[in-house]
Amino acid sequence: MDTILQAARGAFDLITSGDRTLAEIVLLSLKVSISAVVLATLLGLPLGAAIAVGRFPGKRAVVVLLNALMGLPPVVVGLVVYLLLSRAGPLGGMGLLFTPRAMVLAQAILVLPIIAALCRQAVEDAWIEYQEQLRSLGAVGFRAALTLVWDIRFSLLTAILAGLGRASAEVGAVMIVGGNIDGVTRVMTTTIALETSKGDLPLALSLGIVLIALVIALNAAAMYVKEAAQRRYG
Amino acid sequence: MHASACILPLALRDVCFSAGGRAIIDRVSVELAAGPSTIILGANGAGKSVLMRLMHGLLQPTSGEIAWSERDEARLRRMQAMVFQRPVMLRRSSLANITYALEIARVARSEREQIAVEALESVGLMPLAHRPARVLSGGEQQRLALARAWALHPEVLFLDEPTASLDPSATREIEMVIRAFDAAGTKIVMATHNLGQVRRLGDEVLFIHQGRLVECAPVARFFSHPASAEAAAFVKGELPW
Repeated sequence: MDTILQAARGAFDLITSGDRTLAEIVLLSLKVSISAVVLATLLGLPLGAAIAVGRFPGKRAVVVLLNALMGLPPVVVGLVVYLLLSRAGPLGGMGLLFTPRAMVLAQAILVLPIIAALCRQAVEDAWIEYQEQLRSLGAVGFRAALTLVWDIRFSLLTAILAGLGRASAEVGAVMIVGGNIDGVTRVMTTTIALETSKGDLPLALSLGIVLIALVIALNAAAMYVKEAAQRRYG
Repeated sequence: MHASACILPLALRDVCFSAGGRAIIDRVSVELAAGPSTIILGANGAGKSVLMRLMHGLLQPTSGEIAWSERDEARLRRMQAMVFQRPVMLRRSSLANITYALEIARVARSEREQIAVEALESVGLMPLAHRPARVLSGGEQQRLALARAWALHPEVLFLDEPTASLDPSATREIEMVIRAFDAAGTKIVMATHNLGQVRRLGDEVLFIHQGRLVECAPVARFFSHPASAEAAAFVKGELPW
């Protein structure tokens, strides 16, 4: 019990004193995860929308696969990206391994299926509802797609926030491709893992608190956005 | 606006539509002329909605031919509108839902709002112009759907059981708007299974039974002297479904 209290007191001091190491780690975490989500959003939204409205053989299999990929184990993604970026790998020449860019890449791969799958679901539901009306009004093709995406923009924002939650909370992928190098690739989750095994519990716990606060804030934001939109636009 | 010739008549020749190996519309041939309000009457599942979607071009016939007198595809689209059983509104204001439709129809930006306001006034929804369309009641949304169609000044208006999910007072309001369309010279083509509505709004009846056009007659004659056993049973309310 004493250990926990001590750790909690230490964590409180660290957070309230605005500790530099702590701040840097939190900042890098946010930078990496937000970059990854931006990347995954740029690819994931069009991909999800295309799968939703497209008609092609094997569509059901693609949907099943995409949904399954939402549960992609981070360590496996880390391993694959590691293999791609390692010196002997196909992208080894770029020298990205153990840099924040490698971490962005790994997290983007991890988050891409989540954003694409949630987007696919939202677009498909809306498409079923709107299809005939839009065609009757004469809105087809790109025009119809644009109308649809704009109309469900809040559902899409929720999907993006879910992706951000996932990215900022994972440890396996960034640990493998980032290497947890002090001051370079050390983020919240990897620091927690390291400091816990080293015994520096106050730092680990303070990062844990920040991380949980962040995840709660993201989920609250997602819910608020959705509810506000529901009230405002029905 | 109606400078060029009317897009009617609409002719269906041996139109069939099947889905999943089942014939939903079976060799329907009929011609719809400008003028009289046409009611597509039939029991649930008779094929009314599908027939209407074929006419409006939302479905393609499996075989047979659907021909309008107008050949220009764009103008043909532009001159028809459809109101569905459940209105589909975009997540924006009532007014914006109408200006959106006008934008798609290539109405000049400067005229859109004026036309939309007139359309809202015609269905009595002006006080709700800036309310989000999706938070309106079912009856209000259906009136908005009619206003949206009205704003487009179509020559032909398709209505697919527009009052099926509404209460009597909302139904009355919708019927008033439909009559105003009719009075303005719009060709009404409406699907319903409501006999009272046929009497109130219709001039001629297409009676559909199990995907086939069983009878095509003026309303008065349809009720007084139905030519087929199925129609007679339906009029008497005896048709099993």
